[in-house]
Amino acid sequence: MPPSAAPTPEKIPVTVLTGYLGAGKTTLLNRILSEPHGKKFAVIVNEFGEIGIDNDLVVNADEEVFEMNNGCICCTVRGDLVRIIDGLMRRKGKFDAIIVETTGLADPAPVAQTFFMDENVGAKTKLDAVVTVADAKWLKDRLKDAPEAKNQIAFADVILINKTDLVSPEELREVEARIRAINPYATLHRTERSKIAIDEVLGRNAFDLDRILDIEPKFLEADDHGHDHDHHHHDHDHDHDHGHDHHHHGLKHYHDEDMQSVALRSEKPLDPDKFFPWVQDLVATEGPQILRCKGILAFKNDNERFVFQGVHMILDGDHQRPWKEGEERLSRIVFIGRNLPEDRIRAGFEACVA
Amino acid sequence: MTDLSLPPVSLAERVRRIDAGAIVVGVHFLGATPVFVLGEEALLFAGEKGERRVAVHAGGILASAGDGARIVTGGDDGRLVSTDAAGATAQVAADDKKRWIDQVALGPDGAVAWSAGKTAHVRTGKGELRAFDAPSTVAGLCFAPKGFRLAVAHYNGVSFWFPNAAAKPDFFEWKGSHLAVTVSPDGKFLVTAMQEPTLHGWRVADAKHMRMSGYSARVRSLSWTAGGEFLATSGSEQLILWPFDGKDGPMGRQPQILARSKARVSVVAAHPKQPVVAVGYADGAVMLVRIEDGALIAAREADARPVTALGWDARGQTLAFGTESGEAGVLKL
Repeated sequence: MPPSAAPTPEKIPVTVLTGYLGAGKTTLLNRILSEPHGKKFAVIVNEFGEIGIDNDLVVNADEEVFEMNNGCICCTVRGDLVRIIDGLMRRKGKFDAIIVETTGLADPAPVAQTFFMDENVGAKTKLDAVVTVADAKWLKDRLKDAPEAKNQIAFADVILINKTDLVSPEELREVEARIRAINPYATLHRTERSKIAIDEVLGRNAFDLDRILDIEPKFLEADDHGHDHDHHHHDHDHDHDHGHDHHHHGLKHYHDEDMQSVALRSEKPLDPDKFFPWVQDLVATEGPQILRCKGILAFKNDNERFVFQGVHMILDGDHQRPWKEGEERLSRIVFIGRNLPEDRIRAGFEACVA
Repeated sequence: MTDLSLPPVSLAERVRRIDAGAIVVGVHFLGATPVFVLGEEALLFAGEKGERRVAVHAGGILASAGDGARIVTGGDDGRLVSTDAAGATAQVAADDKKRWIDQVALGPDGAVAWSAGKTAHVRTGKGELRAFDAPSTVAGLCFAPKGFRLAVAHYNGVSFWFPNAAAKPDFFEWKGSHLAVTVSPDGKFLVTAMQEPTLHGWRVADAKHMRMSGYSARVRSLSWTAGGEFLATSGSEQLILWPFDGKDGPMGRQPQILARSKARVSVVAAHPKQPVVAVGYADGAVMLVRIEDGALIAAREADARPVTALGWDARGQTLAFGTESGEAGVLKL
């Protein structure tokens, strides 16, 4: 046999498109596919999609979810994705990326968990981001009556507030505030007819530990014309210890009744022997309620930043890089979830200080 | 135990090398000719007198089965194609919605089974069509050795179906996702490979459960040794052989563990006559393992190219193997 080792193949990025019925997911999908980017996609759509998809490689999925037999009731996996990705890998080289479009009623968690729970899927592909399309006019109502819609917002890395042309500036601010009450960390875009630059939704590396750079909440822009959504107002000195009680720029702030984020931070280094048992126990007991979590940690006597991210009970973490000279060694964690016991989480975290 | 500090005898130099040019997803013999199933579009006939490609699908090939006289393949073009030893192809079936045909099995008297989505189909040797709708997508098919009966794996268990009977299939229940199914050569046991790194089994007579666990990865390859004495399995850094010689199968017994390696076993193929198993590893090595004493003979050296397919001819005189990167080989013993 030739002595050269086989090259390590690049993992194929997978983007998950979610959004409630009629929000504009399929419009976004067709836009991505028709842009002149020269990329080839494999598209996994749900069986009941009504709008045609213009692409060579389209696979119908059944959205079959099952529970893993590992004693964890929230470890649900999409078995159809396991099979489809296995099958698609036979056609490696025919596509550069995979897009999974879910039904409007789908929970994004089993889709995401499939990439962490199935070894073969995880070896060949990587989850890039969960992109949620929200209807500017109707999202507010759906957040009241459809738990799926709220899950999709809470889970998202990127949110398109679509059909902005159908609402007034006040209504738009209102819906943005509602979204931020649930998920202050996703990147928000305002769109009409799902029109957006493709690199705002693809290639986000939202689940890549190496790319966890910043977990500051992305506060609302005060200005209605701001299409420049990446301003995070870094220069403001937000007091994160007060949780949701923000009053920035005089904008409306909502507190969602059942879905919140809990942001923790510590300027004192943490003790890894206290932190890991605590966080593992937390996700083991509160895992069904915790949709997403992310953290950048400074441990005592450790010159490297530790980063982690998680979906329900599944945690993925590693040392990322040495702390830079002059870089403030802050530990920051955010949990997004349903009815989180905030006081208990805060007390537990504070007990992890070295 | 074999002393693994000594390198095993190697026959790797005697291998006839074949460049398949694409991932090899299966290998079956048609008579004496090894035929490699490629990941996309074609079968590669690799007879001693020359190689030849036979186009069978317009896209990916998702499943294959062979019985020595024909190879049946299911594709992502929604077609089921049969290919004979002369390389003549015939479409057996086509899914009306062009859904993937991702499971196939060959049965007695020329019967063939396949599935698309939740529906398992059978075409008898006489050409009669039967169908069974499983409660969720079919993830494994296997004919029983005797009687006209098909095991259909899906979420939460196996439906054991008599296609020629009106009765509902017997349902062997166990919660979870069952991704492959096999019936023991004596017909007494059903075994599935699950999404978790474990096997689940049932004694057909009384549906008594058997759990076979301890794997480091999902088990993707199952093969019964000659006479049905052992079930050889992949999924660990060694060959795992579950004993099925008694009436209780592996219940309360330990598996035999042979051919330990640093790399994981990716595919296994038991010799059709002798108590020997061919084992392919994720690092590219292929070993012949004698069950009696664990003696090893190397058939392919490790080269970081995962082994994806192994197959014996019916007499057990020739072994063929293929890898993820398309290097294939044929070894005459």
